[in-house]
Amino acid sequence: MTPLLLYIVFGAFAAAVIAPLLVRWFGDRASAVLAIVPASVVGIVFFMLGPPPDGLLQATIPWIPSLGIDLSFWVDGLSIIFVLLIAGIGTVVLVYAGAYLHDHRDLGRFLTWIMVFMGAMLGLVTSGNLLTLFLFWELTSISSYFLIGFLHDDAASRKSALQALLITGAGGLSLLAGFILLGSAVGSYELSAILTSGDAFRSSEWYLPGLLLILIGAFTKSAQVPFHFWLPNAMAAPTPVSAYLHSATMVKAGVFMLARLHPVLNGTSEFHVLVGTAGAATMILGAVSAFGQRDLKRLLAYTTVSALGTLVLLLGIGTETAVQAAMVFLLAHALYKGALFLTVGIVDHETGTRDVESLGGLWRMMPMTALAATLAALSMAGLPPMLGFIGKELLYEAKLAAPWAPWTITALGVTANILTVAVAALMTLRTFGGASSSVRTAHDPSWQMWGGVALLASLGFAAGMAADLVATHIVGPATTAIRGERVETSLGLWHGVNPVLLLSLATLASGAALYALHRPIRRMTAGWRPWKAERAYDAALAGMLASARKQTLWLQSGQISTYLALTLLATLLLVGLPILAFWPQLSMVVAMDLALLPTVIAGMMAIAAFLAVRAKTSLGSIIALGVVGYGIAVLFLLYSAPDLAMTQFAVETLSVVLLMLVVAKLPEFRQMGSRSTRLWQAGLAGAGGALMTLLVLFVTAEPARMTLATFYGEASYALANGRNIVNVILVDFRGLDTLGEITVLGIAALGAVALLRLVVDKEDGR
Amino acid sequence: MNLLILPVLIPLAASIITLFARRSIALQRSVHVVSSLASLAVSVLLLGRVWSGGIQVLEVGSWPAPFGITFVADLLSALMVSVTAVVSVAVAVTSLGSIDAAREKFGYHGFILVMLAGVNGAFLTGDLFNLYVWFEVLLMASFVLMTLGNERGQLEGGMKYVTLNLMSSALFLAGVGLLYAATGSLNMAELASLVGRPEHSAIVPVVAMMFLVAFGIKAAIFPLFFWLPASYHTPPPVIAALFAGLLTKVGVYALLRVFTLLFHQEAWLTHTTIVVIAGLTMLTGVLGAAAQTDIRRILSFHIISQIGYMILGLGLFSPLAVAGSVFYIVHHIIVKTNLFLVGGVVERLHGTGSLKSLGGLYRSSPLLAGLFLIPALSLAGVPPLSGFWSKFILIKAGLDLEAMLVTGVALLVSLLTLFSMTKIWAEAFWKPLPEGAPVRRSLTTWERWTLLGPIAGLALITIAIGLGAEPVFAAASRAAEQLLDPQGYIQAVLGGRP
Repeated sequence: MTPLLLYIVFGAFAAAVIAPLLVRWFGDRASAVLAIVPASVVGIVFFMLGPPPDGLLQATIPWIPSLGIDLSFWVDGLSIIFVLLIAGIGTVVLVYAGAYLHDHRDLGRFLTWIMVFMGAMLGLVTSGNLLTLFLFWELTSISSYFLIGFLHDDAASRKSALQALLITGAGGLSLLAGFILLGSAVGSYELSAILTSGDAFRSSEWYLPGLLLILIGAFTKSAQVPFHFWLPNAMAAPTPVSAYLHSATMVKAGVFMLARLHPVLNGTSEFHVLVGTAGAATMILGAVSAFGQRDLKRLLAYTTVSALGTLVLLLGIGTETAVQAAMVFLLAHALYKGALFLTVGIVDHETGTRDVESLGGLWRMMPMTALAATLAALSMAGLPPMLGFIGKELLYEAKLAAPWAPWTITALGVTANILTVAVAALMTLRTFGGASSSVRTAHDPSWQMWGGVALLASLGFAAGMAADLVATHIVGPATTAIRGERVETSLGLWHGVNPVLLLSLATLASGAALYALHRPIRRMTAGWRPWKAERAYDAALAGMLASARKQTLWLQSGQISTYLALTLLATLLLVGLPILAFWPQLSMVVAMDLALLPTVIAGMMAIAAFLAVRAKTSLGSIIALGVVGYGIAVLFLLYSAPDLAMTQFAVETLSVVLLMLVVAKLPEFRQMGSRSTRLWQAGLAGAGGALMTLLVLFVTAEPARMTLATFYGEASYALANGRNIVNVILVDFRGLDTLGEITVLGIAALGAVALLRLVVDKEDGR
Repeated sequence: MNLLILPVLIPLAASIITLFARRSIALQRSVHVVSSLASLAVSVLLLGRVWSGGIQVLEVGSWPAPFGITFVADLLSALMVSVTAVVSVAVAVTSLGSIDAAREKFGYHGFILVMLAGVNGAFLTGDLFNLYVWFEVLLMASFVLMTLGNERGQLEGGMKYVTLNLMSSALFLAGVGLLYAATGSLNMAELASLVGRPEHSAIVPVVAMMFLVAFGIKAAIFPLFFWLPASYHTPPPVIAALFAGLLTKVGVYALLRVFTLLFHQEAWLTHTTIVVIAGLTMLTGVLGAAAQTDIRRILSFHIISQIGYMILGLGLFSPLAVAGSVFYIVHHIIVKTNLFLVGGVVERLHGTGSLKSLGGLYRSSPLLAGLFLIPALSLAGVPPLSGFWSKFILIKAGLDLEAMLVTGVALLVSLLTLFSMTKIWAEAFWKPLPEGAPVRRSLTTWERWTLLGPIAGLALITIAIGLGAEPVFAAASRAAEQLLDPQGYIQAVLGGRP
């Protein structure tokens, strides 16, 4: 089985690599050639893996075992339903895209990214390891970024792409942290261990933070309130992308995650409340916002938001019926919404507009498209015998039987569905029906485009008619996988007259009424934004940038004196910290043992240093610094280091002479900075000096350990044949230091030459 | 044969050869490339030897430790030297197509080689004062490279660079002096066995902080990083690329070394401080980048932010966290050098790195666009590239230790890094070239090979580290084990001696 599983995931990635080449060879038809890949995946699932078993397929390829990360596959009923959606709709979208992006110069890139996305999505739903799952999860966000920004000459496209990436990216990071917590609580990242871990996670102290983090990840991806706003904006992408990523598959990844981890997350009141509330809010908000839209794509996008809310709500309810309803609705929604998005693409392609208000009467010009779209809309409205009808029935059943707040949930659900019915009517009747509008020249596109719509819509019809087959082979195994126990599923169109059916009828009637009144109501609700989440995003982004600028201006001021002052301040604070912490021990060892002569010399040096700072001319301060240097030499003498003293005298004399020669060519001193600045800098410098003094007092309190000195004394002549110990240290014991220092001097000299003589020709350079 | 000295000796000897070949630029170039390849071969051999044979030691001049200078290669050192060799080969090749004849005539190749000798010396020495010497070597060589060409910006940036780094040197030297006065030793292994004595218990953490500041300046941590954004955008891009990859990492290496080998007795104080600084470094660095609109300036601030991640692992101080630091350093050197190299090509094509005057590169240079995406996405921590694993390990280590706040910061910073990378992408690659922007030139065949070749090579390594993370992680974990076990180091250097 492993090669087949590898093909399912990596076939698409391999195809992504060669996509540009295929475009070069086959032109527009390259997309149809690429469609072979997902089509074969559907074939494999149907014919080679057989009807999805209740059991599952597993395979593990070691990858980074030390971190517990392996390339594992876990294919159960839940994976299968998603694989079918991803590969099935992927096939349709690919065939469609070739015609839609006919002769587009970036078709190759487009196909590459869409294949990367497909592979990532297939990997996501078949992963058996949380971390590899996360890897694919991030890849879907990245490929979505490149696809939303496909029309990147347009600033709005770039902005929407970034927004989607940041929102889903933030969610991704949250998810990663959640996964790590979950993995630590269970002791493994393997689904095989996690899904069978029982209450290990729920009873751990990491449950609530872990749950929250995972939910943020799922909610951002699946556009739940308050993260929903990126999805309508993502409509900047070409329509095949909207149909595929932002309606049928990627946005369902969050739903998939909730379903996948249902056995370990579900069952606590936190889970029900958090997931249920988010889902319900999203469901109603999406439906309400959809109704006022003029742009067909945004209109559909908001109904997608609503549908995602419904799915999340159902998983939040978490009962067997609810989960089953979620799976049926998932399937139904993907089929009709994919079809309708592709329809909008056709309308846009043929008429050049997506504005509901300026469209109408298209059925005469594009009958095939109109027919197929109407079929899809019937499923959306939940009319029998479409799969959408069965979905809605189950949905009501689950909501009515919800363990908490069933009436509120049902009421919200019915409202959302009424709006959905009205939108479905709006979408078809206003576009295809009615009197013809300004558009005159439109006609049905090539079969590659309307064929896809027709196929998806008919599948919604066929699935409704053959509901029982769908139940046994697709919905049942998926529900079983989510519930973690065997669930017998049967679906049918007719369940007799019961409350659910009555609710359905009421929904349809109210939806029809709402459509009848849609003009005034739409006028009222147009531009109505019940949530200001996007403003929060904009404000956060702007705030981040503003504080970034402020911080950078303050820290990176360009003034070297400020840099030095801050560095010194940091030194004082950081070194001061342990001095304070260990003051009791440190203060014990400080002993001042002052001899007269050194004290006098030190005093003179201090005065000279002060004069060097106060000097009015540079000459004065150089001479004062010379005095400090000579003082050091005298101290060396006093502490019986005559050769050091000699060196110091020589160096000091040379520096004073050289500096005087240089200074003669420099401008005179000027007072820079205000009095207060100078005072503060003086204080800082003084504190620095005090710190060093203190440190020296600390370390000299104890008698020095003489091992090295003793060795050098003994070995200098005996082993190294040199009487002058300092010389032997320099050239033998520590000769490598000297080599380094010589190198420093050599480089400095060569650098000085370059500094004086090198002139770079601007044209030649860089 | 003992390999330890070769990573220093080869570039040093090569630089001397270039010194005597001032008139023949062709010879200088060949010496540069050939010696870089030789260093790479030697480094990999050394890595293999350390991997199979444990810590390698060389007593220079045969003076026994602790009396002479000792070179020590544990896994961390060997890894650092190897990665250095990889980027130095990339830089050598890029130099062939991008450095002007005037700079070459005045010793460009020799300066680069001396700097590499200094870097390798710092990675390999086991003597604290000798470490100071190598720091001086690389500081002087890098300062000369920074200002080589005498362009106005270079001199201004170079002044800030050298002034603040000399402050670091002064603090470092003072720290060495204090430590020597207290313990009477410079040999790191011997120091490691002495600092734990009760009479040093109070002074050692104080001196530790001196080293934190001194190395912190080198590593460009908060609030000591000013020199980096002030200077990295000024020299020719290939020089900046080498600096970006290596210089700060020498500081990080030194921090890793001393805060695992010497200063770990009072970790509650020292390492907690490092964690706090790590958080602030990540945050200020990434915010600094968000405020920039020039490719190299953006990338420069990101170095700072990522130094935060590297020292975060050190501060958290668990085996996994330290392994995370090591992994992060290896990944970062490759990726950061590469991004600067890409930035260099963009500057060469358009004559500017300012995002306002750039655009259209996705169409005009699709190959470059692809080559940019790999290190950029890796830097942002997108799986399965190398940056993701480094980030993952550190975040896991942070969560394991329940260091929630700083882990949260690390996650947020990773998002902002993604923001910065997409900013470069959207502005330079996606956006159409603005009206009135400087005219774009194209690359000659020679330039294509010498500039894009190394970029492609480094990008492949990034992918390889990502897909083959297991061996790299195994090496990082073993390096971390060695670091957290000072006894092994002491034993290797001093043997049975006290």
